[in-house]
Amino acid sequence: MRPGSGIVPAVKDLLYRMADDALILGHRHSEWTGLGPVLEEDIAFSSIAQDKIGHAYALYQLLHELGEPEPDRIAFFRDAPQFRCCHLVEYPNGGYDFSLMRHFLYDVAEQCRYHLLESSRYEPLAQLARKVRGEIKYHVFHATQWVLHLGARGTEESHQRMQQALEQVFPLALGIFEPTEYDDLLAAASIFPGERPLQDRWLETIVPLIEQATLRLPALEAVVPAYGGRCGIHTEYLQPLLDEMGEVIRSEPEAEW
Amino acid sequence: MVTQEDIWRELSTICDPEIPNLSITDMGIVADVHLDVEAGRAIIKVTPTFVGCPATALICSEIEQRLRQLPLREVAVEITYNPPWTTNRLSQRAREVLRQFGIAPPPPYEGTDFPLDLLREAVECPYCGSTDTVLQTPFGPTLCRAIYYCNTCRQAFEHFKPV
Repeated sequence: MRPGSGIVPAVKDLLYRMADDALILGHRHSEWTGLGPVLEEDIAFSSIAQDKIGHAYALYQLLHELGEPEPDRIAFFRDAPQFRCCHLVEYPNGGYDFSLMRHFLYDVAEQCRYHLLESSRYEPLAQLARKVRGEIKYHVFHATQWVLHLGARGTEESHQRMQQALEQVFPLALGIFEPTEYDDLLAAASIFPGERPLQDRWLETIVPLIEQATLRLPALEAVVPAYGGRCGIHTEYLQPLLDEMGEVIRSEPEAEW
Repeated sequence: MVTQEDIWRELSTICDPEIPNLSITDMGIVADVHLDVEAGRAIIKVTPTFVGCPATALICSEIEQRLRQLPLREVAVEITYNPPWTTNRLSQRAREVLRQFGIAPPPPYEGTDFPLDLLREAVECPYCGSTDTVLQTPFGPTLCRAIYYCNTCRQAFEHFKPV
């Protein structure tokens, strides 16, 4: 990919969307550190958070190679309107039901996305996609186990709470696949097939699992997807999170760590 | 004059910061050594175990410091994901070092895409050798470890999980 070619802004937009999702969700997951319902779950969310932030770093590094600022600057010195994450990742953790359902719907989408990217013509991203495959497999494994367990093998209350969580999270999760002005360009250049094919693949994957968990997926036509994040329109929750994440580094930007 | 062998030998004495005696060459994280003899320039490519592994930066700076002690004009350490690191890159010696340290080594598998079923297979307890063990959680004290429980000696142990 030559710098200056017309495809660069499209690739940057894709990288920003993926990296910002991973950074913000990674930060949300890390808020379970020390507060998880049992030690193993505390460690699981903390480990997944560390992986996500690692993925965000690697993606910001690719952006840096395309002429954007250093990863730390990109991560900690932008304000909400410059972020391209979806609303799903911005929401506070809420209960464990909400966090698990978000983790499940997001990670299956991410697994599908990286799978499609393994054959991307943008080779650095294809290499990263082949690298994170094994890591995300563990994330999806963890989320799926819990959704199946609490949905189909738990108590009436656990089933009911997972159902409520699904209804709350599903419209937010559809926001992952908000169409962008670059979708056609990326598909034509064989860099990424686009958000619509990704959403189709995601639905094909989650539908049988949700059925197996004896939960009911809301009808797609009856749901309004939470769009806006990909064009910089965010929930009220993002800016306070960014303020908190950047508080230390912004107080002394030139400090050596 | 520095040779490829000199560099590999030096690299083989650098250990993982978390597991003593586990060298980075036995871990398989050195993907490539490029040496330009005339220019006196070495480029080392490191393929990290996990993308978010916090030890990577430390290992890279250790490589740089150590190789600067050789008569080279220029040393560069670069991160690569090609080839991606998998647990199949661990040498036989690495597996033995892990076991002695109390971490059950990962099972080898075919190809580069590990089957999740591996998690359901028995892992040999590094303390008593029993295979009557069960996965407690696929996440552990570091990104690369899972926690198992041994029903024979009745204690938890760590497993270097397959990726």
